[in-house]
Amino acid sequence: MTTTTVPEKGTTGAPAIGAHARDYVERVRGGDLGALPAVIGLVVLCAAFSVLRPAFLSPINFANLFTQGAAVAVIAMGLIFVLLLGEIDLSAGFASGVCAAVLGVLLTNEGWPWYAAVLAAMATGAVIGLVLGTLVAKLGIPSFVVTLAAFLAFQGVVLLLLKEGTNISIRDETILAVANKNMPPALGWGCAAAGVLIYAALQVVQARRRAARGLPATPMPMIAFRVGALAVISGAAVFVLNLERSRNAALVSLKGVPIVVPVIVVLLLVWTFVLRRTAYGRHIYAVGGNAEAARRAGIDVDRIRISAFVVCSFMASIGGIIAASRANSVDPNTGGSNVLLFAVGAAVIGGTSLFGGKGRALDALLGGAVVAVIENGMGLMGYAAGVKYAVTGCVLLLAAGVDALSRKRAAATGRG
Amino acid sequence: MSQAPVLELRGIDKSFGPVQVLHDVAFSVHPGEVTALVGDNGAGKSTLVKCIGGIHPIDSGEYFFEGEKVHVGGPRDAAALGVEIVYQDLALCDNLDIVQNMFLGRERRSGLVLDEATMEELAARTLESLSVRTVTSLRQRVSSLSGGQRQTVAIAKAVLWNSKVVILDEPTAALGVAQTAQVLDLVRRLADKGLAVVLISHNMNDVFAVSDRIAALYLGRMAAQVKTSEVTHSQVVELITAGRSGELGLQNGNGATP
Ligand SMILES: Nc1ncnc2c1ncn2[C@@H]1O[C@H](COP(=O)(O)OP(=O)(O)OP(=O)(O)O)[C@@H](O)[C@H]1O
Ligand SMILES: [Mg+2]
Repeated sequence: MTTTTVPEKGTTGAPAIGAHARDYVERVRGGDLGALPAVIGLVVLCAAFSVLRPAFLSPINFANLFTQGAAVAVIAMGLIFVLLLGEIDLSAGFASGVCAAVLGVLLTNEGWPWYAAVLAAMATGAVIGLVLGTLVAKLGIPSFVVTLAAFLAFQGVVLLLLKEGTNISIRDETILAVANKNMPPALGWGCAAAGVLIYAALQVVQARRRAARGLPATPMPMIAFRVGALAVISGAAVFVLNLERSRNAALVSLKGVPIVVPVIVVLLLVWTFVLRRTAYGRHIYAVGGNAEAARRAGIDVDRIRISAFVVCSFMASIGGIIAASRANSVDPNTGGSNVLLFAVGAAVIGGTSLFGGKGRALDALLGGAVVAVIENGMGLMGYAAGVKYAVTGCVLLLAAGVDALSRKRAAATGRG
Repeated sequence: MSQAPVLELRGIDKSFGPVQVLHDVAFSVHPGEVTALVGDNGAGKSTLVKCIGGIHPIDSGEYFFEGEKVHVGGPRDAAALGVEIVYQDLALCDNLDIVQNMFLGRERRSGLVLDEATMEELAARTLESLSVRTVTSLRQRVSSLSGGQRQTVAIAKAVLWNSKVVILDEPTAALGVAQTAQVLDLVRRLADKGLAVVLISHNMNDVFAVSDRIAALYLGRMAAQVKTSEVTHSQVVELITAGRSGELGLQNGNGATP
């Protein structure tokens, strides 16, 4: 055993990479699978669908994946906060429906400007979260019950807001653009390049600072590998999304990164920052890991609980806005049927634990991609909705099984 | 050795529902001394400690710190006074790493952002001062540590802050011979640095090896608080098991009834 106080400088090349790789293998064997199942699932599914249905690989279908999966991924990102505490929010789907209905009513019926309607929808989400969180944290009603009740109630609220089920069409250009318009190709490249450069700069600066203070730092080759991977993935995505995907390009050109993509990326960055770099994020993990220890450390556990529900419902409101934009309308089914299960599925498939204490904002995107690919690919194969639901249900069960098993394994090997 | 107590409790009562666990407990700890808190299983040692730490509100009684009457309404109040506690169940978050656990609730920040580098340095320095040499990485999750290592992390968490009172609830329970000796050595060193240390232990040898005073709880009552040099092993054992020993201890019968 070595001592804590001799930091490996970590600036040496290959051995450091080797150490990182060994460390990773060790973690996976210890039951900490992280993103592995989602990535493997994604690769396998994409490979299978592209062999079975070449149309799966077409640029237009690739762009569809983003717009189809966006709302679920955004809701899942919020759900992760609640899941991190070991709680659940079954009402997130219909909360997004309520917020979308608020948006629709204010925009179309009341003629509010888009920004005011969006703010109102988001505020509705935050208030919903505040109420749910308070009921869970202060009254101590299990979140399962509170949000199950809310699930039913919000379904009713949507109906009431929509005057018994008439659907409200959205005509505001800005809102419609979110899920239906694309960025100019050059801007897409610009954003991707800027993103990669900023990421690289941050990583290098952080590693330098740590090395300067004699702390173990990420080795440069590892950083190069990560930056390279990010550059390749984002570059490939932008490249494909910038291809012409209109059937009749002379009539109407259709290319560029859909606007939802930068929206999701910004949300991902914000929540990743909050979870990993702020005391608040640290406290979320602490409460999820051991609420009593968190309390003894002076953390206001109730406030953390409430805030997690606020984040969840707030993100649901953004999901609702995206869904309304994509459908060009709000109807009683917005946020209904499979939305919640897909969102929970996305989070869990991405690697967030249902037992609390483990999860990242990125999980929502990885898992959301898996869910979107299943739905999209099976749709292309011509399967009925029934089959799609059954398969997605099985995948969710599989992910939850992996979660439970890896937890067991972690307990057996003494890793968490 | 006769300095004024840094922390003093008077007439502490504590009930959990219908069960009264602490009866009119008086307890004082002095700077530069190790006070051993002893008592049978269920005597109320951990409960008393949790009352000091603000984990449990006290029903009645007075809490003095450095001669002033204070109100401790929660863990933050106790920490603000300079009271650090290593709980019997350790209270660590398994899903966080060593540094994260040590700074939990009191993270170093620069602006909005956590100052990980500073926290890691301070944690490393503290663990070094405890001569901990068995942890490979400070960024290891606590769940991957052995019982003894976890205990060390919990102790390091308590001595990290420039506290005035450090309370250790059975800190050697999970430790091997060598590590027990190390912890006892640390306890002595903390006291020699001028801190007031409270050590809860069932091991009489340890108690006599390091303590200056012994406080014996018997069925939720303070049977006696005496200088270690003025009592014998068997007297302390009697205080623990019967609540009295000759002139010492609770004088009215077995002490179980008021
Ligand atoms: N949160 C609680 N709710 C109800 N009863 C409690 C609670 N905590 C402790 N008790 C009771 O208080 C009594 C004293 O418990 P405590 O943990 O303080 O004993 P102890 O002296 O620390 O014992 P040990 O040496 O076994 O650690 C026990 O009878 C226990 O059942
Ligand atoms: Mg105890």
